[in-house]
Amino acid sequence: MLDVEKIRRDFPVLNREVRPGVPLVYLDSTATSQKPRQVLEAMDNFYRASNANIHRGIHTLAEEATASYESARRRIAAFINAAHAHEIIFTRNTTESINLVAYSWGRANLQAGDVIVLTEMEHHSNLVPWQILAAERDLRLEFIPVTEEGLLDLEAYHRLLDLRPKLVAFTQMSNVLGTINPAAEIIAAAHQVGAVTLVDGAQSVPHIPVDVQALGADFLAFSGHKMLGPSGIGVLYGRTELLEAMPPFLGGGDMIKRVELRSFTTNALPYKFEAGTPAIAEAIGLGAAVDYLSAVGMQAIEQYEREMIAYVLERLEEIPGVRVFGPAAEHKGAVASFTMPEAHAHDISQVLDELGVAVRAGHHCAMPLHTKFGIPATARASFYLYNTRQEVDRLVEGIYRVKHIFG
Amino acid sequence: MDDLYRELIIDRYKNPQFRGQLDPADITFEDDNPYCGDHIRVDVRLDENNVVTEARYSGEGCSISQASADLLIEYIHGKTLDEVKALTKEDVLDLLGIQLGPVRLKCALLSLKVLKAGAYGLGEATDDLVE
Repeated sequence: MLDVEKIRRDFPVLNREVRPGVPLVYLDSTATSQKPRQVLEAMDNFYRASNANIHRGIHTLAEEATASYESARRRIAAFINAAHAHEIIFTRNTTESINLVAYSWGRANLQAGDVIVLTEMEHHSNLVPWQILAAERDLRLEFIPVTEEGLLDLEAYHRLLDLRPKLVAFTQMSNVLGTINPAAEIIAAAHQVGAVTLVDGAQSVPHIPVDVQALGADFLAFSGHKMLGPSGIGVLYGRTELLEAMPPFLGGGDMIKRVELRSFTTNALPYKFEAGTPAIAEAIGLGAAVDYLSAVGMQAIEQYEREMIAYVLERLEEIPGVRVFGPAAEHKGAVASFTMPEAHAHDISQVLDELGVAVRAGHHCAMPLHTKFGIPATARASFYLYNTRQEVDRLVEGIYRVKHIFG
Repeated sequence: MDDLYRELIIDRYKNPQFRGQLDPADITFEDDNPYCGDHIRVDVRLDENNVVTEARYSGEGCSISQASADLLIEYIHGKTLDEVKALTKEDVLDLLGIQLGPVRLKCALLSLKVLKAGAYGLGEATDDLVE
């Protein structure tokens, strides 16, 4: 069981009032999560006590900085059960991780006519890099359809596998529908036809236990800022043998073993893919974030959010006219995207903000999915380990206020 | 909030006066706000002296974007093409009678951006038209 009141005390921002007398109800963790003091302190301590560049100096501070940075990498590897710490490549975010795979693995392995299978529920970050590569290399993009209910059509997926795709790239949890996709099953089927797999874990890694070895994933991309860590740090997990065979992505310091005027040799993993001074304090902050999540327990978080979304759906469904997108609670994470006949998503969000309730409004970087459902925008309330049922009730009150103004 | 959702805006959103399309029209232009998916199209008819005789808008969006379009289209009736080209952000805010934050400002100015891009005969509606 999760002690929410204790958890809330760790998040300074949750104490603030949006305006005098109006406490913050933060329901936008799918966009970015709030940060506990443990993460803020880890970064602050680094800058106050041991700030130095890594992998370079021989002095004490440089050694401490390197040790902290590499320790964060090892704890993040353990968090997703990677076999080796060198399989954790630090990037800026999920988007950069996917672009790294597209530029490096994609350009080395894909030729004209090759097929990439994606899904209709992808975030733009797992669409556009492949569209760019497809245009450049004359590749064919195919999409696993999304059913009315908001699930992937797995029968259609199995038919797409007859095309012998080279890559299957999909989100483990939709940032709009909340759908948790059967990643292990999708990956196993892809491997049957020899495809490499990339999992967009931007939403799954923060909210459910993710074990890359149990999944069999070849690549997993995720962002620090959605899992209690700072912005500016993300991760690409890749299986050693794939990463070894890939050409470097960005060139510069740290990614080289030896440089001459007209040539270079690449450094070992993971440094081969970490050119230039990385986001050191942010990596250390992400290390503190996975410590925090591990201490609470990812299974406890998943369970808590399952109960939360069941309550959210029950409360929203009792409001006339409110339409929630995505599957039933048992297939979904704690994300509720909805529309109201009376008001546009922007107006819903604006009225809720007056009551201190922060939700996202728009297409949530998933325009094709909104087009599929025939709606320009949704309002999205999303929940994390620090949200309470009382906050759900505030959301519902706010929705009734929207009905009062626009009804 | 009572300021933002003043009666005029809610009324124009629910009961628009100038919603529709004109075919044929002398000026037709449409564009989206990429951040939120709001979409506005304007159709304008001019007489031989380049005075607006009839105008309509269509599209989808929030109350601010739709109400500002409705008010703006009403306002340009009887104006010359040059006067339409000279319209500014302040004109739209005066019509709405409210102050807006940076995000909602984009909603409010989408119709002006589309209208001016059409008036100037541009290929696309850019933000510098309304700054």
